[in-house]
Amino acid sequence: MTIPKRDKQAIGQRFLAAFREAGAAEVAPDILLPADTLLDLYGEDIRARAYTSTDPLRGEVMLRPDFTVPVVQRHMAGGAEPARYCYLGEVFRKQDPGEERPANPRDNEYLQAGFELFAHDREADAEVFGLFHRLLAPYGLQAVTGDTGLLMDAVRALPLSGARRDALLHHLWRPRRFARLLARFSRPAEARDLPSTSAPWAGLRGEDEMQARIDRLLADRHAQPLDPAWIARLERLFAVRAPLPGALAKLRDLVAEWTELGPAVLRIEERMAMLLAQGVAPDAILFDASHGRQTMEYYDGFTFSFVAPDRPAWPPVASGGRYDALTAVLGRGGRAIPAVGGIIRPGLVAELEAAR
Amino acid sequence: MIRLGVPSKGRLMEQTFDWFASRGVALSRSGSDREYAGRVEGAEGVSLVLLSAGEIPRELAAGRIELGVTGTDLVREKLAGWRSDVVEVAPMGFGHADLILAVPECWRDCEDLDDFASIARDFRAVHGFRLRIATKYHRLVRAWLAHHEVADYQLVDSQGATEGTVANQTAEAVADITSSGETLRANNLKILGEEPILRSQATLFANRAALGDVRPFLAQLGVEA
Repeated sequence: MTIPKRDKQAIGQRFLAAFREAGAAEVAPDILLPADTLLDLYGEDIRARAYTSTDPLRGEVMLRPDFTVPVVQRHMAGGAEPARYCYLGEVFRKQDPGEERPANPRDNEYLQAGFELFAHDREADAEVFGLFHRLLAPYGLQAVTGDTGLLMDAVRALPLSGARRDALLHHLWRPRRFARLLARFSRPAEARDLPSTSAPWAGLRGEDEMQARIDRLLADRHAQPLDPAWIARLERLFAVRAPLPGALAKLRDLVAEWTELGPAVLRIEERMAMLLAQGVAPDAILFDASHGRQTMEYYDGFTFSFVAPDRPAWPPVASGGRYDALTAVLGRGGRAIPAVGGIIRPGLVAELEAAR
Repeated sequence: MIRLGVPSKGRLMEQTFDWFASRGVALSRSGSDREYAGRVEGAEGVSLVLLSAGEIPRELAAGRIELGVTGTDLVREKLAGWRSDVVEVAPMGFGHADLILAVPECWRDCEDLDDFASIARDFRAVHGFRLRIATKYHRLVRAWLAHHEVADYQLVDSQGATEGTVANQTAEAVADITSSGETLRANNLKILGEEPILRSQATLFANRAALGDVRPFLAQLGVEA
C-alpha cells in the first residue's frame, strides 16, 4: 500500500507546527546546494549517496541530501544564539547497490521535518530530545541514545603519545580502521625501513610534509605498547548497552578504574536528570555507548534515534544529536557554535499510523 | 538470433576472434576495415555486433545483445548491481589488467593503504582540502576505499593521461588500469603494496534473461553458464 504524498505532507506539517510552537523559526533552504561544501565535509561518501548535477555557471550541485548544512550556514551568516529553526521538505538519497540490485530499493526521495537549536546552555540536549520524545510518544518507538563525547574522552585518556591519540580520535567513526590502529599500538613498535628512491619530487605534497611524517614514524619507534587492559576497558565501554539507569551504573563501574571518564559520565547523569524534569522516563531509554559511532561523523556529543522495534529493515524514524564539530568545520576553524538538532521522517510515521 | 557483441578494434578484437576460432567459430569483419559489420561462420543463429568495449556492458544489461566480450573492470564500474543483469560466462585468458592505486615514487613513507590513509589525513590538515585521486573508475575506487575505511580523499575525474595528473598537480594519486606498470614507472609513480582493487581480464558475459537461449551456443563453445 502506498500512502499518498499529500498525507505524508500533512503529517510533516503537524510536526512543523509543533516545532514552531516550541519556539522555532521556519526556514526553507534551497533544494539545489553547491556540492563543494558538502564534499569538503563528507568526502566521497556523499557522492555515493547524493544526486549530483552540473550547472553551467555554478559548477557541481547536489540535490539536498540533508538540511543540516544549509541551516547551519544560514545561522552562521547572521544568527545569534540562542536560535531555534525548523523545516519541512524533501531530501534525496541514492543507493549504490554494489553487485546486486536490492529487491526492495530504499526511498530515494522522502520528507524530513527537522528542528535545530543553537545555544550555549547545557539544557539544549534535553530540550531537543524531550521535544522529539513527546512528539513521537504515540508511536511505540524505542529511543536509543549515545554520547560520542564520552568515547572521545575515553580515547584521550589512553596512555598514548599525542600522535597515536590523534589518529585514534580521527578514526573513531571508522570501526575497522580504529581497531587496526589499536591493534598496532598494542604491539611492540616496529622500526620502519623506508625505501630510498632516486625519483624526482613530484606533486603538491611537499617534501617537508613527508619529513614531518617520517619524524613522527621515527618517534613512534620508542612508543611503549598499549597495555591490553586498556583495550579490554575500551571494549567494555563500547559494549555498554542498557536502559539508561543501568548503563550509568556500568559506566560508574568503569570510572572506578578510568577516572578520566568521570566528567563525561557526570554529563550523562545530569542529562538524565534534565530528561526526568522533561517528563521522560529514563528506564524506557536505551543507552548504547557505540550509538554515535554508526552515525554521522560530525555528531560529537549526545546522539539519539527513535527506531520502530517491529520494523527491523527500517532506518530510524527520527534521529539527531549534537554536532558542534560540524559548525567548527563550516566556520573554517573560526567560530564553532554549540548545535543540537534532529529530524523526523513523516513518511515512516504515516506508515505507522496507517498500520494501526 | 543470438547477438554477440565484440570490441570493434585493436588487440582485444583480434584476441577475441582467436579465442572463438580455437573453438571452431570463425568471426570476421565483413568488408573494409572501416565498416563495423561482422560475419559468423561455424555457428547457426549467431550474429556479430562490433561495438566499443566500453559500450558492451550497457548493451548487455539492456538486452540489445545476448552475449558480449568486455573487461570485468568495465562491467563492474559501469553496471550498478551488475550480477542482477549479466552473468560472467567465461574468463578468456587475455586482456589482463589490474585496477591499482598508485602514488608518487618519491613518497618513501607510503608503502601500503594504512600509510596512504595517514598521509591523506595529514594532507587535508595542511592543505585544507582532501587529497585528490585521479581516476575514471569512480564507483570501484570509492567502494574499495570505503571498504577499507579510508577517509580524507576525493576523486577527480580523469578520462585519459591519468598518470600525468600528479606531475601536473591536479591530483596527488591515481587509480588506474595497468598491465605491466610501465607507464606508471615512466611517470614516477609506484603501486601501493596491496591486492589490486580489481583484477580484470577479457570475459565472455551473457545477459541474464537470455541465458536459456544462449546455452546451446555456449555448449558448442565448450563453456557452461
